[in-house]
Amino acid sequence: MAEDKYSKYIKTSSNGEMNIGKGPGRGRHNMGSVSLKNLDMKTFGRLLAYYKPYIALVILMVICTIVSAAAIVYGATYLQVLIDDFIVPLAKVKNPDFSGLLNLMLKMAAIFSLGIATGFVVNLLAPYTSQKIMETVRNDTFSHMQHLPIKFFDTHSHGDLMSRYTNDINTLRQMLDQSLPQLVSSAITILSILVAMLRLSWVLTLVVLSCVFVLVKIIKAISVRSAKYYKQMQKDIGILNGYSEELINGQKVVKVFCHETVCKEEFDEINENLFNSSTKANRLGNIMMPLMKNIGNLQYVLVAIVGGALAINTGMGITIGIIVTFLQLTKNFNRPISQISQQLNFVINAVSASTRVFEIQDQKVETDEGYVTLVKLDKNGKETDVNTGSWAWKYPHQDGEVNLIPLQGKIEFNSVDFSYIEGKKVLQDVSLYAETSQHLAFVGSTGAGKTTITNLINRFYDIEDGKIRYDGININKIKKSDLRHSLGMVLQDTNLFEGTVMENIRYGKLNANDQEVKDAAILANANSFIERLPDGFNTFLTENGSCLSQGQKQLISIARAAIANPPVMVLDEATSSIDTRTEKIVQSGMNSLMKGRTVFIIAHRLSTVRDSDVIMVLENGRIIERGSHNHLLELGGEYAKLYNGVDVLK
Amino acid sequence: MSKTNKNKKEKKEKKIINFKAFKGSIDGYKKDSILTSSFVIIEVLMEVLIPLYMAQLIDFGFSAGSMSVIWKIGLYLVLMSLVALVSGILNGIFAARASSGVAKNIRKKMYNNIQEFSFENLDSFSTSSLITRLTTDITSIQNSYQMLIRMAVRAPLTLIFSFLMAYRLNAELSLVFIYVIPLMILIIFILVKFAMPLFRLMYKTFDKLNKVVQENLRGIRVVKAYVREDFETDKFKSASSEVQKVSWKAGKIMAFASPLIEILIYGCVLAISWIGAKLVISSNLTTGSLATMITYTMQILISFLMLTMTFVMIVMARPSMERVSEVLSCDSKIKNKNKAIKEITSGDIEFKDVSFKYKEDSDNYSLKHVNLKIPSGATVGILGETGSSKTTLVQLIPRLYEATDGEVLVGGHNVKDYDLTVLRDSVSMVLQKNVLFSGTLNENLRWGNSKATQEEIIHCCALAQADDFIQEMEKGYETFIQQDGMNVSGGQKQRICIARALLKNPKILILDDSTSAVDTATEARLRESFKNDIANVTKLIISQRISSVKDADMIIVLSDGKIDGVGSHEELIVSNKIYQEINKSQIRNGEDDKGKR
Repeated sequence: MAEDKYSKYIKTSSNGEMNIGKGPGRGRHNMGSVSLKNLDMKTFGRLLAYYKPYIALVILMVICTIVSAAAIVYGATYLQVLIDDFIVPLAKVKNPDFSGLLNLMLKMAAIFSLGIATGFVVNLLAPYTSQKIMETVRNDTFSHMQHLPIKFFDTHSHGDLMSRYTNDINTLRQMLDQSLPQLVSSAITILSILVAMLRLSWVLTLVVLSCVFVLVKIIKAISVRSAKYYKQMQKDIGILNGYSEELINGQKVVKVFCHETVCKEEFDEINENLFNSSTKANRLGNIMMPLMKNIGNLQYVLVAIVGGALAINTGMGITIGIIVTFLQLTKNFNRPISQISQQLNFVINAVSASTRVFEIQDQKVETDEGYVTLVKLDKNGKETDVNTGSWAWKYPHQDGEVNLIPLQGKIEFNSVDFSYIEGKKVLQDVSLYAETSQHLAFVGSTGAGKTTITNLINRFYDIEDGKIRYDGININKIKKSDLRHSLGMVLQDTNLFEGTVMENIRYGKLNANDQEVKDAAILANANSFIERLPDGFNTFLTENGSCLSQGQKQLISIARAAIANPPVMVLDEATSSIDTRTEKIVQSGMNSLMKGRTVFIIAHRLSTVRDSDVIMVLENGRIIERGSHNHLLELGGEYAKLYNGVDVLK
Repeated sequence: MSKTNKNKKEKKEKKIINFKAFKGSIDGYKKDSILTSSFVIIEVLMEVLIPLYMAQLIDFGFSAGSMSVIWKIGLYLVLMSLVALVSGILNGIFAARASSGVAKNIRKKMYNNIQEFSFENLDSFSTSSLITRLTTDITSIQNSYQMLIRMAVRAPLTLIFSFLMAYRLNAELSLVFIYVIPLMILIIFILVKFAMPLFRLMYKTFDKLNKVVQENLRGIRVVKAYVREDFETDKFKSASSEVQKVSWKAGKIMAFASPLIEILIYGCVLAISWIGAKLVISSNLTTGSLATMITYTMQILISFLMLTMTFVMIVMARPSMERVSEVLSCDSKIKNKNKAIKEITSGDIEFKDVSFKYKEDSDNYSLKHVNLKIPSGATVGILGETGSSKTTLVQLIPRLYEATDGEVLVGGHNVKDYDLTVLRDSVSMVLQKNVLFSGTLNENLRWGNSKATQEEIIHCCALAQADDFIQEMEKGYETFIQQDGMNVSGGQKQRICIARALLKNPKILILDDSTSAVDTATEARLRESFKNDIANVTKLIISQRISSVKDADMIIVLSDGKIDGVGSHEELIVSNKIYQEINKSQIRNGEDDKGKR
């Protein structure tokens, strides 16, 4: 009952999978039942394919694992030789000759050394290859993600994506680093011990195997139950996580509404649920180890009794040496068995984690069928590599003819329809025309489609119907990167990157020299505050420029746009989170940025859009009014109502 | 700059844990903890005795060829294994309860303490860091507590008992350990010394890598707008290869760990076999004892390894302890007085020479000598640029922060004298950064008054201009609101928050820039209903729009923490420079506008 009450706090990610945090016992053997049915072979194969460049190392690792496991097991059987061939006969001799014993010792030392040395090779190669593979997986994923359409970032929670780079890739590392090598080595150890046992005595081997059978049955039974409790615990952790995330995020509201007692009570209940499931899940996890160990002990005693009885009562050739060695082998037999069950769990988890990583890699990248490119022009209107400040679109026609169309910054929308989600039209039949250096403003309530229009120009999204032309060219024919190079954007959310102020401004033009950066800052009116920063242009900005005010951040982002010097600018609510006095400073920076460019302005405050050449009023994805400020006021429509908000009441 | 940051961080890492803060964490689970350790002791005793009897089984059973001895000792051994099995299971069960219980206690304590946090305390922790502490860090404490009552008991006991047994079996042979153990300590010490800094470096490189991902997720529009996908990919790749290099360096060192330890273990086994064999041959040791000696050797060395591992794990939980103790020992200074006043009689507000700074040790005052008198029922507008401390000023009224100097009075009494719940219920504040919670609209609105009837809710929503759009929703007031109101627009959210605050039926209502996303027409209606329907509530409205405060009885212009001017619109437009500037920037032809009205 209580569960239903709180399950709303579990955050589900886009694929409907529960997004739950790390909990106690994760990565231990109480994780769930070992069932290879859960293993996605396709993904597993895809993972293994990453080993391809390291195939020689992998072969070397496998050989070394075999040698190492065999050597250590073989080493364990030497006790039998020591007792039966040396201790027992030598004890009967008066003046024993120890040279044979010494030889045996040296031989054993050599075998152990071999085992240790080959083991070392594996220890060295496993992390090396896994680290290399991790790097490749990470890089592949990230570079792919960079080319995904904006829609992908809209529809996936950033926390969820982030956790794929951290938690999921880390789970993957554990598998490559430890689980796979250990699985191989455990299997080989079991095999070697089995061979060694059979060579010593098949009867005792049967005794051991029947114990192992029981052991495996018990592991399975516990795993199944533990999986159930473990799942419940993960769910409870998810609830606790979600609840505290939401409520602590709103803690100030909690305080203002004196809601503390209610919160404490609710949290207590959630906390108690987690305690119960965590106790149950951990209980099963905890008894696994002692169970295995002590069943091992029983097995040990059983071997001793059966072996003893056989040695005394029958002539099966069972010596003390054999019994002692067998006891030693028995001890070594159970560990790899439990390890296999444990590591298989890791593999299953890692494979499902990598499904989430590969999911990013399998997303379709932004389509770019554009062939019209942006080129530099020299004085004579010819294409050049020199930076001259004048640009043109290079339009190769099908008949081989190449047109150079000068870049002017004319934008045209021709009955454009658009929807983010199919069926829900955000823009309908939008047509507009912006001449070179004209300033267009968009006005309308939230959700009217203002931002959407600007996001279509740079093809963050593709339109559903209609046409958008840039200097007369359908923007679908323009190479995306070149299209975006020709457009500048200043958004409401200023995103700065970790680095110096200089580097952040230079982001707009990577090869700009220091003087160009300073000029851009001056143009944007950002110069004076930057120079007052502790290290001036070299001030290091962390965490999205947390040491700067919103207005200062905006000034930097304007400078960043200025240095790119694009013919068309989009200013999307660039000043809405700044107070009006600071806005004046920012505005003057923007005014110089806007000069001589085609500009699209979206603003909440009507004062910022008044001077635009054309103002478009949007409502429900349609342009309902258009004209200059004075024209629209005279018209007395929506714009006039918005502008004289007070008069509405009358 | 980046270097000084790093230094600061390193200094931060070495904090003292306030163990007192954890007092009472094992309450209710002491018995379980003690039982866990007790059963661990029994299990260890059995495990140490079993090899001893094994030796007797070999010597007096097999070697002597006596089946009856084999049965007798065999029975003992079976019994001992069973006792070990039962104690093992029991200590596992008790440990699970004890450690989950301790985690529960700490979590509860921590969450309760967060509830007592003042705004000042809340400012000093980010939400995500509090959540990490509440979940991951407490889990790590839970795991190490379990480690403490099981492993930390088991490992040293096994070590000591096995050594004693070995010594009893053959003192000469057991001397081998005296050479081996210091060697082992040395190896571990050297490895840790070399690997630790690398691991720390590794975490740092991971942080860097994550930061690149985060920046790109957040700023993807900027990245794409400037066509910097490949530039960012290169950035990521270099961070990624840094991670690989450092991890591999650390991995290389750790790769030495197991062969070195194995050399010691097998060296020990060989040494004991060699010396032991000679002793057996010269009849100074039995064959069974030799086999048992080898078993003890393994037990001693492995439990020694376990001990160091336990130690390392517990040490690794230290940062978690630090982080949790930081929250537990964080104490709010804003508390109820002994004889707190339980009733607020009027909505008068007075500031008497109030100064305020956010950080005690700073010289930077956010409010400087503010003197104000606001009569009950007045509508007050507060204007000023960002950073002029508008929010700070109003937050002192419901005592969300405490005035550093001077007095804040509500209804004629210092706010410190009121019961906090009473004060905050009467002074209803709509925060600038407001949130809604997962749940229905009704549930959210009832935060203001848990006993509110549907009529009251609808009434308040109507006042806040929220009723119309709520009624239009398919499920009306039962509409489920997603976390942080993601399924309503910004303006709608603000109006719901205002309605929620109105439901408290307050004496004083404070709106901290709470209508910024509401369109001007709706805002005008909102102001009208405030004026008509809650006339006797004192209303403080912080805004950036002149139009929002123009009609107020009194407008306060703040600048740099000081009052720059107080008066009506008509007065300020003449006398106050800042007000004039703001006015000009918003409506340049203000004269025309005025004429029209």
